[in-house]
Formats: sequence, C-alpha cells, structure tokens
Amino acid sequence: MVPLSWYLTLAAALFSIGLFGVLVRRNAVAILLGVELMLNAVNINLVAFWRYSDALTSMGGQVFAIIVFAVAAAEVSVGLALVISAYRRRNTVIADELDMLKW
Amino acid sequence: MSFWNDPLKVAADWLEGVFMGWGMDSVFAHVLVAFLGVFLLIALLMVLDIFLVWIERKVVARFQDRLGPNRVGPYGLIQPFADIIKLIIKEDTTPGNADKVVYNLAPILSMMSVLILWAIVPLAPVMLGTDLNVGVLFLIAAGAIGTLSIIMAGWSSNNKFALIGGFRQVAVMVSFEVPMLTMLLIPVIFSGSMNMNAIIQDQDIWYFLISPLGALIFLIAAIAELGRAPFDLAEGESELVSGFNIEYSGMKFGMFYAGELLHAFTFGGFWSILFFGGYRFFGLEQVSPFLAILILIIKAMLGYWVIMWVKYTMMRIRIDQMLSFNWKFLTPLSFVLLLVTALMNALLASAPTWLYIVGMILANVVTGWAALEIARSATRQERERVEGPKQAAEVSH
Amino acid sequence: MTGAQIIFIVVALYTLGSALMVVTTRNLIHAALWLVSTLFGVAVTYALMNANFIAVVQVVVYIGAIAILFIFAVMLTRKDMRDSGPQMNKNWWLGALVAVLVFAGLAFMLSGWSGFSKVAADLPSGFDSVSLLGEALVSPQAYVLPFEVASVLLLAALVGAVYVAFNRK
Repeated sequence: MVPLSWYLTLAAALFSIGLFGVLVRRNAVAILLGVELMLNAVNINLVAFWRYSDALTSMGGQVFAIIVFAVAAAEVSVGLALVISAYRRRNTVIADELDMLKW
Repeated sequence: MSFWNDPLKVAADWLEGVFMGWGMDSVFAHVLVAFLGVFLLIALLMVLDIFLVWIERKVVARFQDRLGPNRVGPYGLIQPFADIIKLIIKEDTTPGNADKVVYNLAPILSMMSVLILWAIVPLAPVMLGTDLNVGVLFLIAAGAIGTLSIIMAGWSSNNKFALIGGFRQVAVMVSFEVPMLTMLLIPVIFSGSMNMNAIIQDQDIWYFLISPLGALIFLIAAIAELGRAPFDLAEGESELVSGFNIEYSGMKFGMFYAGELLHAFTFGGFWSILFFGGYRFFGLEQVSPFLAILILIIKAMLGYWVIMWVKYTMMRIRIDQMLSFNWKFLTPLSFVLLLVTALMNALLASAPTWLYIVGMILANVVTGWAALEIARSATRQERERVEGPKQAAEVSH
Repeated sequence: MTGAQIIFIVVALYTLGSALMVVTTRNLIHAALWLVSTLFGVAVTYALMNANFIAVVQVVVYIGAIAILFIFAVMLTRKDMRDSGPQMNKNWWLGALVAVLVFAGLAFMLSGWSGFSKVAADLPSGFDSVSLLGEALVSPQAYVLPFEVASVLLLAALVGAVYVAFNRK
C-alpha cells in the first residue's frame, strides 16, 4: 500500500512546479496554467487526507476538492476574460508589458 | 454456474486457470485476462463498425430514393471492405508546417473517446466492462476527450478551414454538454444511482414513458455532440469544405469516419440504456445473457436509425441559430424539466403506479407546451421587430 | 515493492514530467496540451485513492471545460504567441530557487509530522463514497452552505467573465 507521504510529496512537487511557472512565465495565459497546477496539487492533498483519515465517512476532503473545482473554473473564466480584454486594449498578453500602473 | 448463465466469468476463470497452469502469477494472469477481454470487445466493435458503414450507406440511399452499394458482394456487403482497402493503400499525407505529433494523435484520441464508452455499457446483467458507480459522468468525461481530439485536429492541420471547423464543433460540443448532462440527471433521479446497470435494473417502466421530453432533449443534445445533421455545421461542405478533418487522408480520415459512425451507434445504445430499458425486454434478458445482448443491440440499432433518420431528413442550421437554440431554449428548458421532474418524483413517490405515470407524462407535456408557447411568442415579437416596417410597406401598396 | 506502489510511481513521474513540460514549453498550445496530460495524471491519482467521483469530475471539469478554455484563449491571443522570443522573464533563476526552496521547506516540515508515513486502511466493503458525498453536499449539518456559496461564486464568475470580455463597439 502506498503511504501518505508519497502523495504529499507528489503534491508538494506539483505545487512547486506550478509556482515556478507562475513566477517565471511572461505570457499571462501561461501564468494561469501554473495556477492550475498549484490548485491541482492542493486537490491531491485534500483527497489524500480524506483517504488516509480514520473517519472515512466524513467527506470533508472530497467536498473541499469539489469546491476547489468550482473556484478553479471561476478563476479561469474570469482570468482568461481579463487576458482577452487586456489583449484587445493593449495588444499584448506579456505580463511585463502590462505596466500602466507602474511609473 | 454454467457457461450459458454467465459466459464472461466462466471464460475468464477458465483462461486464468490455463494461464496459471503455465506457471503465471495469479495477479498477472488476472490482468492479462482483463486485457484480452478488452481486446476482444474492441475487435468485435471494429467488426461491427465495418458493417455500420454498410448500414449507414444503405439507409441514406433509401432515404434519398437510391439503391446504395449493391455491386460488391450480395447487397453490397463487401463494399465496406473494399473501402477499407482503398483507405489503407491511400497515400498518408501530413501537411507542411503541421504539428506532426498533435496531428497524428488527434484521430487516435477521437477513436479512443468512443471506444472508452463501451467500458461502462452493460451488455447483459452479468456482462459489463466495469461496474462504475459514476457511469453517467463517465459518459460526459469521454465526450470531453472527443472535444479535445477535434480541437487538436483543427489546430494542428495548419489550415484555416480546419481551424474554423474545429472551433465551431468545439463550441457546439461544449454548449450542448449542458442540456445533455442535465438530462442525464433524470434517470439518476428516478433510479437513485449513477451506475448504468442500476439504472437499467430500475426500469420496470421505461423512463421514456415517464420522461418523454427528457429523452427527446437527450437525443437532440446527443446528435449535436455527434456533430451530425442538422448540427453538422462544423463540416459544412459548402462553406468549410469538410471542417476539422479536411487535411486528413487515408486511414487517419478513416478513423475519424469510423469513430463518428461508432459514436452514433454508441449514443443510440446509451439512449436505449437510459430511457428504453437497455437489455431488458419483458423478462427475456433473464433467459440468457446472449439474448440480452441481442436485445440491447436491436435497441441500439433502432436508436441509431432514429439518429440517421434525423440526419438525412433535416437541413443544416447556422451556427448562431444553433447556439441561440441551445442557450436560449434547450438549456433553460432542460433546467426547468429537471426541477419539475424532481419535484413530481418526490410528490408522487407514494402514489400508485398508474397515477405516477400519468402525473409524470402530464408534467412533461405541460413543461414542453409552455416552453414552446414562450418560444413562439418570443419569436413572433422578434419577427415583428425585424419585419414590421416591411409588412406595413406591403400593406400600403 | 507492491503493484500499487509501482503504479503510483509511474503515474507520479508521468504527472510531474507533464507538469514540467507545461512550465517550460515554448509553444503555448503545447503547454495547454501538456496541462491536459498532467490533469489526466492527477485524475488517475484520484482513482488510485478510490475517489472515483472526483476523478471523473476532474476529467469533465478540467479537460472538458478548463483546458478547452485555455486553448481558446491561446488562439484568441494568437498574434501574441511569440514562440521565438524568451518565454521566461530575466529572473527565472530566482523563480527556480524559490520553487526549490518551497519544495524543500514543505518536505522538511512534512517529514517532521507524525502522520507523514501513515498507511490507509482498506475501504470497508460496500462503502459508497458517492452517496456519502452527495449527502454531505446537501446536508444542513454538513456542507450545504459552502456548496451554495460556490454556486453563487460560479454565477458571479459567469457574469463577470461575460462583462469583462464583452466587446463594446
């Protein structure tokens, strides 16, 4: 049987990869891809904690995973709408070039 | 347990015994037997698929007052084999600047998204791939893979017709998933389970009888999901040449084509499973699993025939008409129908059977009638708004 | 090493490899397709943990909706895909350092936790997590309020996305 530590390590690695993507990618869409990876890492943790808890009948882990799905869907739809809107106005999706608030 | 009552288990046990007799590990033998079963099922489906080509061509010929294939073999039965040989020996082209890996992966994914559906089809009470407790959702998940394959094909072909076709098809599939998923919930409400086998076992009354409108909406959404006429604007020959698969030739095109036919047949099967009792037919399924499979295949063929009937007698509609039909009519209607069905199901839970059936049919008829009335008055207002001045001008003439 | 462990390692390596491709590929469409592959890996991970419902919902929501949305967004911003230029900003080594440090920190913190190497109990026979989950989602004693709030959030996101992306001429 696979111990809990393996799942947690997988989730931590996935989270770090997503974090790397968010920090270093220039394209705004690619940054959102990194956010998705991080949310998935969180979900692996939530489901793993449900599976490895002693109270299997309390479904907290799975319920929170489902709420993370809803939040991810909301985040992606609004985020991509913002990217497309920014692309229309400023003709760029490179995050570094969207710097009107900076001076 | 004899072979005639549970052939799959008997055969699997026998094979496992043979493999273990050769000194194989029991777990390994089990996995190997499962793989052999999958291969057998896929091989049978592919053979069926070959004949689906023949059936489709014969039926369309009859609808169009022609004879259809009739030269090669009796009734043209060998024709599909000739077609396959032609497809295989055709030159296998890849367009320049195409994204090779994605381009070659797309037809495989398209075929896979159809074949994977058969994992949850209960062929007989004891014969099914896997008894998944979320079978209904699995249907939508497989559809998601199909959507992905189409957008991959459209994008990687490096052709603007393919890209537009792929976009259209994906827009259609994503939006028609909503009413489809909602209608899939109706059998779930009735049976209290998302398991396909449990849904069939619960259908002492066909769900079609207590939710005819749900079955109809599911069929419409399924046809849209299949990308068949009247929703085949992704491949509109007159404007897009042939849509997302324009650059594909040879067997790669063959896989899209065969996948589409098998997909239509599969949805015919799911329509019969979800709303027409699947393999059940007045207790005949208890006699032998083979009879149950026969019943399911006949029902699936009838569903497939309805899909073909729609395809060859309807004209294609425009993309904007189709999306507004979905978002402004079908989706709200399916939500309302789901609410009404759940409410009536709870209200009539303790009513006698005849009252339950009559109440359900009444609820469906009233919902459908109200939806049509609202749509009619809305369209009339729209038409008056658009055509009003013109009509006035005609009158004054 | 048991069969379950071998399967887990294969799936985990596949998932992490795909995830690395997501953050390093130049071509954004390929990055989105690698994301699909990663999400598949995560779905298999859920299935390994007997969370069937979550696994299938992962495929439906992420691959059926979110990945398709990403591909659409990449194509709608097509002029700006810029496959040739640098895909990462000049502080990429700092980002890599932070990511490695986060992973090391997480691993260090978790390894000191008593439940880290816990092994799951077998599911009791006849355990139906789907119906338990359904009851938990709509039961007033459990999670009906978060569930409703999530639906309101989705509605707000729907309206917000349409409002933000709407092209006012």
